[in-house]
Amino acid sequence: MERRNARHTREIVVPGDILDGTGMRPGDNAYVLDGKVRASVMGVRNVFQNTVGVIPLRGGYMPTSGDTVFGIIVDIGPSNWLVDIGAPYPAPLHVSEVPWKVEFGDTSRYLTIGNVVLLKVLSVDESKKISVTMKDSGLRRIEGGRLVKISHTKVSRVIGKSGSMISMLKNMTDCRITVGQNGWIWVDGEDENAEVAIQAIEMIEEQAQSGNLTDRIKEFIEKKIPQDEDDYDEGDE
Amino acid sequence: MSGHTDMVLVDENGLRIDGRTAEQHRPFKIEAGVLNNADGSAYVEIGKNKVLAAVYGPRECHPRHLQDPTKAIVQCKYNMQSFSVSDRKRPGPDRRSIEISKIISEALEKVVLTELYPRASIDVYIEILQANAGTRCAGLTAASVALADAGIPMRDIVPALACGKADGHVLLDLNKEEDNYGQADVPIAIIPSTDEIVLLQMDGNMTREEFDRGIKMAVAGCHELHELQKDALKRRYSKKAEEESE
Repeated sequence: MERRNARHTREIVVPGDILDGTGMRPGDNAYVLDGKVRASVMGVRNVFQNTVGVIPLRGGYMPTSGDTVFGIIVDIGPSNWLVDIGAPYPAPLHVSEVPWKVEFGDTSRYLTIGNVVLLKVLSVDESKKISVTMKDSGLRRIEGGRLVKISHTKVSRVIGKSGSMISMLKNMTDCRITVGQNGWIWVDGEDENAEVAIQAIEMIEEQAQSGNLTDRIKEFIEKKIPQDEDDYDEGDE
Repeated sequence: MSGHTDMVLVDENGLRIDGRTAEQHRPFKIEAGVLNNADGSAYVEIGKNKVLAAVYGPRECHPRHLQDPTKAIVQCKYNMQSFSVSDRKRPGPDRRSIEISKIISEALEKVVLTELYPRASIDVYIEILQANAGTRCAGLTAASVALADAGIPMRDIVPALACGKADGHVLLDLNKEEDNYGQADVPIAIIPSTDEIVLLQMDGNMTREEFDRGIKMAVAGCHELHELQKDALKRRYSKKAEEESE
């Protein structure tokens, strides 16, 4: 919902630019110098109530607690797995945070290196130590399908206003699509349809800064996959 | 500074060998986001200098012992291509490039909000494709644009420019001949919002008055360069939007 406020002005700022000099409070990605609020990343200026901040256009993913993310197992310990979730830090997944009862040293029987998992970020502490869990509904080991990696700053575009973009993608391509907050997206469906869905997602990432994206994506998919009339109702996926 | 020449570096009209006045800098050209595989990148031309910078990170810091539990470190690699100078440069790090890497890292650490990424590393690679005096300034200018392009939180974008002295005149942005046969070369880098100096070196001799005048000129030049840096970053997105609306 913060995005929508920004859409009106679309003022692109770079680090050091003055966002406000009239006494507004600094929001995300902003700092105060000599009473003036300045931007600390490149992005779009965003005013929300009495704060002014920046919505980043680029940048790495920094997990926050509650995020649902995809991860790839990169290392195995006797009582934990190390998961790459696209953050600057590795995320350890402890055996007590998986839905199975795992004996000490038996970790590799459940998840091995290269496995893709859907996780939830439990907490990120001050020193950026991340803990993740797999104990929640929907969290699981992923089998089949394909993983697409896009910039996490474009995730909100893939989802769209109250999920309009993602539900359109699902309906039109008949794929199962799950979006991780870290910008990793899992697509599962028939080969050709999944390919089209991935191309559409990549197109969204590339053209995220332009308006009218939903219509153009719709056009793009219609060209690739002719839609049946009766198949195109606004039901859930 | 090393050699002597009969060449007239500054003529009786106050014009330099490339036709500039003492307070004129060489033409600048900055482009952001030129590389696809790096997290951020920039290409800078200052006169005949051609510099490419790429940024990765923040990412896990390797080797481990360099990690700082309180903040991220900026690791910079300045490298000159063997074809960047007229005599082939022997490839690989040497004393000069190690020094430049260090001072550029330190200058960038002052602007990057390193405390947001404890234990991480931000890696900056600067490649000099063509050199014509002032590559460390061009390199730092490119590196800070590349950092901003990578979306790394920072206080400001740093521009860097040299001033110096040749034929007894205080000059802005020395070219190769003025650097080689002149009396002093002073590269500086500033934080434009506060005019703090984050890099300052001096090779050669100048009087205090000449130095002060040189710094003043260089700071003014840096502000000009800073406008172009900002413009390069903003252009990247405005151009994209235009292309798509067609």
